[in-house]
Amino acid sequence: MAKPEKQAHEPLIHIVKRITGIPAWQAWLIRIASVVAALLVSAVVTVLLTGENPLSVYKTMIEGAIGTERRIWNLAQNLAMLLSVSLAVTPAFRMRFWNIGAEGQVLIGGLATASCMILLGNKLPTPVLFVVMIAASIVAGAVWGVIPAFFKANWNTNETLFTLMMNYIAIQIVSYFCYIWSNPKGSGAIGVINLNTQIGWLPAIGNQKYLLNILIVAILTAVMYVYLRFSKHGYEIAVVGESENTARYIGINVKKVIIRTMILSGALCGVAGLLLVSGTDHTISRATAGGRGFTAIMVSWLAKFNPLYMILTSFILVFLQKGASEISTKFGLNDAFSEIITGIIIFFIIGSEFFINYSVRFRESKKGGQEK
Amino acid sequence: MIIAFIQRAIMQGIPLLFGSTGEIITEKSGNLNLGIPGVMYVGGICGVIGSFMYEQKATNFVPFLAVLIPILCCLLGSLIMGLIYSVLTATLRANQNVTGLALTTFGVGFGNFFGGSLIKLVKSDMPSVVLSKTSNCFKTELPFADKLGAVGKLLFSYSFLAYTAVIIALIVAYIFKHTRTGLHLRAVGENPATADAAGINVIRYKYLSTIIGSMIAGLGGLYYVMDYASGVWSNDGFGDRGWLAIALVIFAVWKPDFSIIGSFLFGGLFIVHNYIPNLTMSDQEIFKMTPYVVTILVLVFVSLRNRRENQPPASLGLAYFREER
Repeated sequence: MAKPEKQAHEPLIHIVKRITGIPAWQAWLIRIASVVAALLVSAVVTVLLTGENPLSVYKTMIEGAIGTERRIWNLAQNLAMLLSVSLAVTPAFRMRFWNIGAEGQVLIGGLATASCMILLGNKLPTPVLFVVMIAASIVAGAVWGVIPAFFKANWNTNETLFTLMMNYIAIQIVSYFCYIWSNPKGSGAIGVINLNTQIGWLPAIGNQKYLLNILIVAILTAVMYVYLRFSKHGYEIAVVGESENTARYIGINVKKVIIRTMILSGALCGVAGLLLVSGTDHTISRATAGGRGFTAIMVSWLAKFNPLYMILTSFILVFLQKGASEISTKFGLNDAFSEIITGIIIFFIIGSEFFINYSVRFRESKKGGQEK
Repeated sequence: MIIAFIQRAIMQGIPLLFGSTGEIITEKSGNLNLGIPGVMYVGGICGVIGSFMYEQKATNFVPFLAVLIPILCCLLGSLIMGLIYSVLTATLRANQNVTGLALTTFGVGFGNFFGGSLIKLVKSDMPSVVLSKTSNCFKTELPFADKLGAVGKLLFSYSFLAYTAVIIALIVAYIFKHTRTGLHLRAVGENPATADAAGINVIRYKYLSTIIGSMIAGLGGLYYVMDYASGVWSNDGFGDRGWLAIALVIFAVWKPDFSIIGSFLFGGLFIVHNYIPNLTMSDQEIFKMTPYVVTILVLVFVSLRNRRENQPPASLGLAYFREER
């Protein structure tokens, strides 16, 4: 911590990294405080815009998110979808590989699913179709993920920018097929695929059409937790993320880990695409991923890349989106309102991490140059 | 037709030029601001709010004010966005990617929200946000553009903001290459610890470059609404141009003077599908992909050749903490 001391000009505020870290309960207290502060600010914004009293604003939000049984299922479904994309990006992030191309990987996976449903729907028996569909979506997502990883591993090409561009290529490819397969012709939208036969739709369990999605994502969450925490692969990912040199020194093949992890990341995105197309929308469009590829990055980061915490962080974000969209419906405002609220909350939580990782010390006495 | 194409391409390119110049300044200080798309939305909508208020309130319409007010509002809005980013990443050392994406979510939401609710919020009786009077002021052409035929159309038919974009890019390129400030800024982006040891105030450079960069990018949003879209705000109308601006930064290998040419080229690629005859709707979508494909090729090519002057700033995306060297 020795810092060249200038006697005459010592700053008032001195920032020190917490070496030992702070107790978990304090860290959580800071996080909760930040969420509360963010909710207060959001309420102030809402009140200013709607003129409603703050309590009824919160009440509207809660009602909008979990007011009826249908809404609870909707919330759970949205949570599961966001969580599945977040799980997919997490291994890459733990490796400090900034994959912001989840949006594209999900779309390509979804496109693979949709193409199986459209082209093979009548030709294959249902179990075979599902196997082909799952394989296609996984391969498509993995390919989309591994291209940037290949260049990153071999030539250190900037992966953030590469994956970002891959998103828009995927979006345009999807648009292209939306015109090719459009129904009615020329509309540029595919419409519900196999509406009458329901071929290639993930089956409903009981009466709940989303239950299967939710169960699949729950299983994925548990598997991902174990994979990252207890497997050799998970350990290698963590080491590469901490320091590539260390990884090389202890004999980890960094290139291999980067490529393998991105195949995994992309493949999971492909599965998320499958769930969205086959399990949820039964169609595909440019907007199928719906920005989840970007939101997932925040979910994953806010949860410190821990799959179990991600359930909580994605719940917070989905809850806010649903709640805020209810407010905008009720007061006739634009539904982009929820994005503003999401933005505010994330700013606060991001900011609060600083106070967990660093401590702020004020100058002790006016002339005392001694500092520890 | 060729002339019309080039003209449209340049008009398409100008918002990208503003955005990429802003982002280049920001990235030169080591901040990868993925919030630029959001900043551009905010810049656009703040200008719209300003001029909407002015058109509603003003009893006699002064063209000079009608231009000045939106510009000031736009600069203020994007300044605040840049400030949020700087506080979170430079002072609070948050992750730049996450902060940037949050900023984009927020900014796009902000733009669409006020674009969609502005009329309701101020209880106006207008059916939609149309600012044709203000837009006409923004679009004032040089008087001799018509008289010079094709040359006049190609060189002089744009509004003053378009020329501003080019001039800003040239000035920034000059500053990077020939001034001490530019040298310091590049030092901060390449190796903040060394820059700090040399007595450069790293945090101040990061703040200033991010904020100035945001303000320039915000003007891109304003140009789009007022000039390209003739003062009509439509939600999501700005589209993916913000990301395209970030792509342009790579394409121009972090050189603002390259990005002038690059922006016109991207503008052309963006609309070329309208000028190729007998193109089906589906083929058009494939053509819209080209700017992104070209960007990836440049990115790969630059990393393959590995020439030092064409690389991204070395500390791009990393937070700087003095005591953590």
